Amino acid sequence: MSQGTLEVKRISGHPGPVPGAGVKREEQVCKLIDTTTCIGCKACEVACLEWNGYQFKETVFNNSYQTMPETDWNYWNLIKFNEHEREDGSLMLLMRKDQCMHCAEPGCLVACPADGAIVQYANGIVDFQQDHCIGCGYCMTGCPFNIPRFNPSTRKVFKCTLCSDRVSEGLEPACIKACPTGCLHFGTKEDMKGLAEARAQQLREQSGFEKAGVYDPAGVGGTGVIYVLHDTTNPEAYGGLPKDPHVPWVVRLWKGPAKWVGNLAMFFGVVGVTLHYLRYGPKQVVSWKDKKREPQ
Amino acid sequence: MSVPQVITDARTTDESGNRILRYTLAERVNHWIAGLSYIYCLITGLAFWSPYMFWLADLVGGGATARFWHPWMGLIFAASTFWMYRLWRKDMSITDADRAWWKAVKHYIRNEDEDLPPIGRFNYGQKLFFWVMLYGTVLLLLSGLVLWFPQPISWNFRWLRYLAVALHVAAALLTIGAFIIHVYMGTAMVRGGFTSIIRGEVSADWAKLHHRLWYEQVTKRRFEGK
Repeated sequence: MSQGTLEVKRISGHPGPVPGAGVKREEQVCKLIDTTTCIGCKACEVACLEWNGYQFKETVFNNSYQTMPETDWNYWNLIKFNEHEREDGSLMLLMRKDQCMHCAEPGCLVACPADGAIVQYANGIVDFQQDHCIGCGYCMTGCPFNIPRFNPSTRKVFKCTLCSDRVSEGLEPACIKACPTGCLHFGTKEDMKGLAEARAQQLREQSGFEKAGVYDPAGVGGTGVIYVLHDTTNPEAYGGLPKDPHVPWVVRLWKGPAKWVGNLAMFFGVVGVTLHYLRYGPKQVVSWKDKKREPQ
Repeated sequence: MSVPQVITDARTTDESGNRILRYTLAERVNHWIAGLSYIYCLITGLAFWSPYMFWLADLVGGGATARFWHPWMGLIFAASTFWMYRLWRKDMSITDADRAWWKAVKHYIRNEDEDLPPIGRFNYGQKLFFWVMLYGTVLLLLSGLVLWFPQPISWNFRWLRYLAVALHVAAALLTIGAFIIHVYMGTAMVRGGFTSIIRGEVSADWAKLHHRLWYEQVTKRRFEGK
């Protein structure tokens, strides 16, 4: 993959069309996370920090193997550990690598008011451009996955870039490179879907996980990060993965119809008072003695 | 609350009669703190509202600077609005005279002011504007605090963020509509109004025409020796 895949497809808060969007055929990139072969080694967490140049953070012990309760502005990749009791009473330790899902329909981008602070590349990567970020936090309201994180010292918001810098040079993301079990894969969306479906079928037919399947939620138009789950009917068990994520309807209303209703109302307000002035003019006060008629 | 009084100073007296103090210095200072902080919030808020108005943020130092100051200016606006409530609360309660005036409001709109029943210090429209801004400010303040600090709100309470966004937008649009009418009437339509909120004084004729009950009350107080 070349720089060409980083052609811009959509831009947040941008008046008018996106230059050059949709003129070339593009391959969608995708990260596949097979939760059934994750061993929770956290090599992906370390690789993410190393590649992106962040310092190791102090961990927070929360009675589990999990490094800290949530991702942070400088900790974009976090394996969520969840003890799960199955129907037959046996226990499972579910491990899910949590990070930005790179939605095809990104709620963060829809909510963002700053021109160019969030871009969606033609290859599907949703990336924050901190130079243009104004730190309003609307992306945090728009995101259905609770991913964008605010850095209070720079007043900018950060999240996983899907290593757009590496991908543009033809490399896989750092987390993929570090994974020792092969539970992480990277390629085109089509290839990853095929691989994921084959693995899910194997789980259903050979491993007794009858509800195994692929998590690629349609509510956000599909995602650039997909999961293979043992039980696709219960994604919440994997550390709060939403069952049917979508851009919140308030955000859709706010950025859609409400905007045009509001703009029209303001426009006609100004037009209305202007017309009133043209028709009736100002109220002049004339001295009573100059008036023929006394007021009641 | 300070009592309006007739100014007999030669400097403020003209040939049409005495000029009357309509707004005390405190009231004018209060009004302009509210007005200027509201305009700042309006400009920056419109920048956040629509990409086609994002350039407005450049007028006040760019998007990040606008985002930083918008909530602080909002706090100043809210504080000045609550101060205004303390100053004008009594004058702003709606009376029977106002209701009679409101029934005849079409004459006001058509500039047929002689056909309107007399009213006190503020007319029904001014009072309506005051109460819309006051309640609008309460909503903007509460929702604005949530929008100011989205991160401390736990994910389980994210509905609070959605509610705040909807309320902030609805209350802002409501106050903007009121603000457009207020600025038009205060500057272009009701001549003498803009001067009065800057220098505090109106002519006796102005007071007689627009706020006759208030005029009578104020002048009576004067003739009785106060």
